[in-house]
Amino acid sequence: MSELISLTAAELSEKLSSREVSSVEVTQAHLDRIAEVDGDVHAFLHVSATALKVAAEVDGARNLGARLSPLAGVPVAIKDVLCTRDMPSTAGSRILEGWIPPYDATVVQRLRAAKLVPLGKTNMDEFAMGSSTEHSAFGPTRNPWDLERIPGGSGGGSAAAVAAFETPLALGSDTGGSIRQPAAVTGTVGMKPTYGGVSRYGAIALASSLDQVGPVSRTVLDAALLHDVVGGHDPHDSTSLDRDWPCFADAARAGKASGSLTGVRVGVVRELGGEGFQSGVSSRYAEALDLMAAAGADIVEVSAPSFTYAIAAYYLILPAEASSNLAKFDSVRFGLRVNPPGGGTVEDVMAATREAGFGPEVKRRIILGTYALSAGYYDAYYGSAQKVRTLIQRDFDSAFAKADVLVSPAAPTTAFKLGEKLEDPLAMYLNDVATIPANLAGVPGMGLPMGLAPEDGLPTGIQIMAPAFEDARIYTVGATLEALLEESWGRSLLSHSPRFPLDPLPEIGDARTEGTRK
Amino acid sequence: MSTAELMDFDKAIELFEPVLGFEVHVELNTKTKMFSSAPNPAAPGADAGEPNTMVTPVCLGLPGSLPVVNEQAIRFSISLGLALGCDIAPSSRFARKNYFYPDLAKNYQISQYDEPIAHDGAVEVELPNGRTVRVEIERAHMEEDAGKLTHVGGATGRIQGADYSLVDYNRAGVPLVEIVTKMISGAEHDAPELAKAYVSTIRDIVVALGISEARMERGNLRCDANVSLSPRGSGKLGTRTETKNVNSLRSVERAIRFEIQRQAAILAAGGTIIQETRHWHEDSGTTSAGRPKSDADDYRYFPEPDLLPVEPSAALIEELRSALPEPPAERRRRLKDAWGFTDLEFQDVVNSGLLVEVESTVAAGASPAQARKWWTGEIARIANQDSVDPSSLVSPSDVAALVSLVESGELTDRLARQVLEGVIAGEGSPADVVEKRGLKVVSDDGALIAAIDEALAAQPDILEKIRDGKVQAAGAVIGAVMKAMHGQADAARVRELVLERATGSAAER
Repeated sequence: MSELISLTAAELSEKLSSREVSSVEVTQAHLDRIAEVDGDVHAFLHVSATALKVAAEVDGARNLGARLSPLAGVPVAIKDVLCTRDMPSTAGSRILEGWIPPYDATVVQRLRAAKLVPLGKTNMDEFAMGSSTEHSAFGPTRNPWDLERIPGGSGGGSAAAVAAFETPLALGSDTGGSIRQPAAVTGTVGMKPTYGGVSRYGAIALASSLDQVGPVSRTVLDAALLHDVVGGHDPHDSTSLDRDWPCFADAARAGKASGSLTGVRVGVVRELGGEGFQSGVSSRYAEALDLMAAAGADIVEVSAPSFTYAIAAYYLILPAEASSNLAKFDSVRFGLRVNPPGGGTVEDVMAATREAGFGPEVKRRIILGTYALSAGYYDAYYGSAQKVRTLIQRDFDSAFAKADVLVSPAAPTTAFKLGEKLEDPLAMYLNDVATIPANLAGVPGMGLPMGLAPEDGLPTGIQIMAPAFEDARIYTVGATLEALLEESWGRSLLSHSPRFPLDPLPEIGDARTEGTRK
Repeated sequence: MSTAELMDFDKAIELFEPVLGFEVHVELNTKTKMFSSAPNPAAPGADAGEPNTMVTPVCLGLPGSLPVVNEQAIRFSISLGLALGCDIAPSSRFARKNYFYPDLAKNYQISQYDEPIAHDGAVEVELPNGRTVRVEIERAHMEEDAGKLTHVGGATGRIQGADYSLVDYNRAGVPLVEIVTKMISGAEHDAPELAKAYVSTIRDIVVALGISEARMERGNLRCDANVSLSPRGSGKLGTRTETKNVNSLRSVERAIRFEIQRQAAILAAGGTIIQETRHWHEDSGTTSAGRPKSDADDYRYFPEPDLLPVEPSAALIEELRSALPEPPAERRRRLKDAWGFTDLEFQDVVNSGLLVEVESTVAAGASPAQARKWWTGEIARIANQDSVDPSSLVSPSDVAALVSLVESGELTDRLARQVLEGVIAGEGSPADVVEKRGLKVVSDDGALIAAIDEALAAQPDILEKIRDGKVQAAGAVIGAVMKAMHGQADAARVRELVLERATGSAAER
């Protein structure tokens, strides 16, 4: 296996700009890796046929002395929820199989403008509905740590591709945890920016008021570098924030360099822990808190009582918006068309297409959402859910009055087995218990590795949240914590991955039981 | 389509009180569409375009696309709200109206629901009999137009029974303002005329504001008319119908009259009115049942999460208020004075819904009297005969050109009517038609004298009669000459020549 795939995006950036390696070499190494492992992992739905050509163009430009952005020539994978004009964009659904959009999502345009090299499109739960990537119409993605286990969802493809060293960077989208929960269960880093911080134009909508595109990577700095590329105001998205953002990579570098959390008030959210959280998750979480305290952080407990109702509110607001957003999939203008036997009216064709083209989870949520918006039920369901949303925002406000950042486990458990929760939607929904509040309030949140659970040796993740617009604070605190954790492990968590070792792993058991301190 | 039983109109009004309501859709003439950068087919000088050429991913509802509000459309909507005497909401919101229909690219329409941009206004509407009725406006809200369906095959041109249907999304996303009136009662016998006068007033307002091309035949202005009948003395509101697709001023009046007569006949026979939409048929002057419509129609409205609330500053509202054109009533007073029309003449123009046309024609250089004469005369006659609005037949500048040709003596009135026919038939400008049809007045005296000689040869005693003082005898010669010249002679000149000849011959003797 090539050494190149083990490098972070920041390291690749340095080697590329010093011309120690070419983008063609880097891209080829990752394409080889995809060829080698993706048959097992199935992180990709489509691998770009033009990646090497793009890489060669970047190399050419560099050789001509062009001024290039830091990530120029670095490969990136793109969640299939994002529109790409040169690759199918299916959102994991049969109803969009083979659909190639006539336009690029704004974030994809920005990747191309910064001359990153798109490697392909990554697998996901259909229309981002799920926490395991098992709801993809094109088969599940498997967790590189254990191929019998799920990689999280909906962005399991992006997380697994990064965890399996198929790409150093990926884009994801997060409606209730689809970036952060996969990060937690694959030992990767995932950031959901402040709502409006990254354009949604060209991101196939699940729930418009909750969706946010963000970076997936193996380090906090890499996530920040990618965030710097794709973030910022977009006039094509009315909900995009028109403000000046600081450089997130600088924020991450500062955090990494300082090694100290002195004066940082870290709020532990009482409602996001305890019952329902796996013991190994809780113990690693406790250790991470101790580590932060030892680095000078002021650990305070905060309470957010309304978070208890977050899942209930979320599963009214999300289906309501989704039922409307997904109405456009009717066979008239694009995508699948199914003619009922013997023909029929346009309504019959729409119904037959949607019956054949949508999977069971999508249908479940469309029905839920249609019901929640119906006359006579609107106030009781959608209306009440919006009130809960306001209460959750207030809980965040009062918590952030006491703390600079809030923390919790990013997911209640480590990766579960494929099929384990497929027949139990409610159990599946609980995977996002810790991540949903941030979406309802629009605040930024990051999932990053906090060690392996002692009982199963699988990755656990911590979530760091900050007030809206304070994404940079997360990168700083996250990079500090990441450095402290890696120092305690002696290397990055992913280098412990048993299935895809980069180095010989003499003592896998050590990593599993040693954890983060002692 | 069965022909409905109708009750005599006067009888219907005797038994029932008509209650009206109107929803007028105005297509704004912004450069681009409501929520996308696609060109607006309702913009000045634009046309409908080849199907599906005036579209972006947003108009087509492609996955991932997002709407962005057209600022100019907001300004236009505020101006219209102000001109309707409405309050402008400091914050209004878009909502999604969800229903599946193939002309609706996203299967929801972005509209305004419980928070419209303008609400609670009123307009004064003048009726032909001089009565003024105050029509209260409930709200004016912004929304996007749908695409256009063409149903191929089948007998009716409707979706039912069609072999297949074609969809053109050029119109999808055209900015609309929907103006909704409160219930209008007390119109009584004047109900049909009020309907026409109301729509005409709205048209005058949007034209004066310059925010719409306002061509009803093109769908720039569309009226849905609600009618219900309340039995006299019952104090109870009747069930209403909503007649759609009424796209001329004349049809609005006819449709209301028809619905009153139809509903009255049903109610008098002990029947019940079905709450439904009805289609207007221009050719037969009737309405037919559309789809049932109830207040329980569930569009699952909810706030559009892709858009922020619309929050115009007080400064913007005041800026637009100060730029409003004069109110229609004041404008009418001013024009009547400027044109020097009698009450009757001016009322004639207003009642024909031709105020804008006459004004534009005068602006193009015609005298007010001539402009009025042509619009309320020949053009209105042809329009009536063809069941279309006069404004759809010919442009004010063409009418002004025609008047100018008559006044310079190049055309007689009779020739000018032929030229008008040519213009309406699409043969070009009046000058083009004169050229192509060879319709110039014969001003060569030689040709006229030859024709006069011929006519006198047939009636040799005429000159004698004229000399004896019976000047009216010249009429016979003039008639014969005009006939011989196929009307292309100036009758006044022929008369002069005949009289000259009579006196001249006397001198010869």
